[in-house]
Amino acid sequence: MTRVLIPAGALGLGYDPDALARGIAAKPDLIAIDGGSTDSGPSYLGRGVSKYARASTKAEWAGLIAARAKAGCPLVIGTAGTCGADSTVDWLYDITVEILAEQGLHAKIAVLKSGQSAERIKAALAAGGVTPLPAAPPIDDAVIDSCTNIVALAGAEQIAACLNTGADIVIAGRTTDTAIIAALPLMRGDDAGAAWHSAKIGECGSLCSTMPQSGVIQIDTDATGFTVEPLAKGARCTPHTVSAHMLYENSDPFILYEPGGHLDVTRTRYTALDATRVRGEGSVWHPSERYTVKLEGARIAGYQTILLTLVRDRRYVENIRAWCDDIQARHAARVRDRMGLTDADFTVELRLIGVDATLGVVEARHVTPTEVGVLAIVTAESQARAGEIAKMINPLLLHHGLTDEEEMPTFAFPFSPAEIDRGAAWEFCLNHVMTLSDPMEAFTLEVSDV
Amino acid sequence: MSELGSIVDKVRTKNAGPFWLTIDIFCGSPSVFERVARGVDVDQIASLFHVSARTVKRFDIPDLNVIKFSLPRPAIQGTVSDRDMHGAGWGPLVAEIEVA
Repeated sequence: MTRVLIPAGALGLGYDPDALARGIAAKPDLIAIDGGSTDSGPSYLGRGVSKYARASTKAEWAGLIAARAKAGCPLVIGTAGTCGADSTVDWLYDITVEILAEQGLHAKIAVLKSGQSAERIKAALAAGGVTPLPAAPPIDDAVIDSCTNIVALAGAEQIAACLNTGADIVIAGRTTDTAIIAALPLMRGDDAGAAWHSAKIGECGSLCSTMPQSGVIQIDTDATGFTVEPLAKGARCTPHTVSAHMLYENSDPFILYEPGGHLDVTRTRYTALDATRVRGEGSVWHPSERYTVKLEGARIAGYQTILLTLVRDRRYVENIRAWCDDIQARHAARVRDRMGLTDADFTVELRLIGVDATLGVVEARHVTPTEVGVLAIVTAESQARAGEIAKMINPLLLHHGLTDEEEMPTFAFPFSPAEIDRGAAWEFCLNHVMTLSDPMEAFTLEVSDV
Repeated sequence: MSELGSIVDKVRTKNAGPFWLTIDIFCGSPSVFERVARGVDVDQIASLFHVSARTVKRFDIPDLNVIKFSLPRPAIQGTVSDRDMHGAGWGPLVAEIEVA
């Protein structure tokens, strides 16, 4: 039997310290927490930075390092610093060293890096070792070269290599959400289907319970299945809350692909052991012939400057689309004339907040709002150019009339300056897997005593 | 006819990675599940999102009274044309489908 304690769905979200203490008292074999996800968008991977404040990360990580020392078991974080790039692994390593010094503790730290050089990916692509997943964008050497960061998602094998060093703390770059939880049960010979399935259930912490914000979850795996138990007071797991978690952020609710195979939960039986604990049995792990790791990469798609103007005049609100179309046409003509650019050199989008800013063309509900926020988004190849184009639309957003025969109107600008440089706009450009002959081939592992 | 959101427990949309969007319709009871299973199809979802029906996958999960659809994201998460980083904003659109 293997017991894994999961303090929260991610480091930075907070956890219930009382529930964590109950988890430590129950003698876990491992404490595992996820450090990130792609869900906040490509900028974090592109820049190689964390989305959470350093102070929040440090406070929560310090609590887990202290809990680990008490429990005497390894503490593992996967996808350190939101994106799991090498720079965020270094960032969390520095924070860890600081915390250990402050707590007067020593620890053996294993660091797993998942960053990939463009050269490795291009060579793999040329050798036929990079395969697109469904809905992948087309790639070539130029796309790979344009990525500022590429990471490969480590699986259970690489985490096992880290744990085999005897490390107290494992700081891993990009991993699958599940690998950090499944690795130890797999190493100890628990049922592979149960190890992966329970890892998927537990990877978001207490999201699989009746109190999704409470954080702490405990998972036991053995030779025939798994048991999941939420540790916050009043939190319960039911067969419904546990099985429903397979839906979450998953395009297929029954199949989960991982490095080295896939999990099939079609025939899993969920049973309530009591009011709070659920048992799962019958999940099946199918090893694959090839060992593949998923790749993620991000690059700069351009630079943006935005403006916001608020339109409250009823006649303008009722004719907002025509007003915007006219502004766009006049503005584009000025940009062509005065800057000598072509339409291919820039994009300007006017999103109508209050009309269809969330959904765009697929919006199916049409009513006349009280006011409309017009969010202008200018994208161009440099910040200077985007700013210049934005300044050119400023007088139109402020004063453009619906007709030539009316007094010049003025709309509400909430800010000065009206134009806001947003910096780079990033995009994900890889949704592919890379075949490896050895799981550690694309990863590096370093151990230090601190 | 009723609005889908008014007869089910919850309609949720969410990213399933940067390239896919997934729609979970929690029907709450077998009778509502049957009604939604009959009343909402892949073609309807495809036309709602202005995409080809061939790209939409459907999963019926009677044990959970859930119907799930997954489709390639209308815009890849975070690209210049994407309007909603986490993909949750499409939920109300789906909830406003009329169901027989």
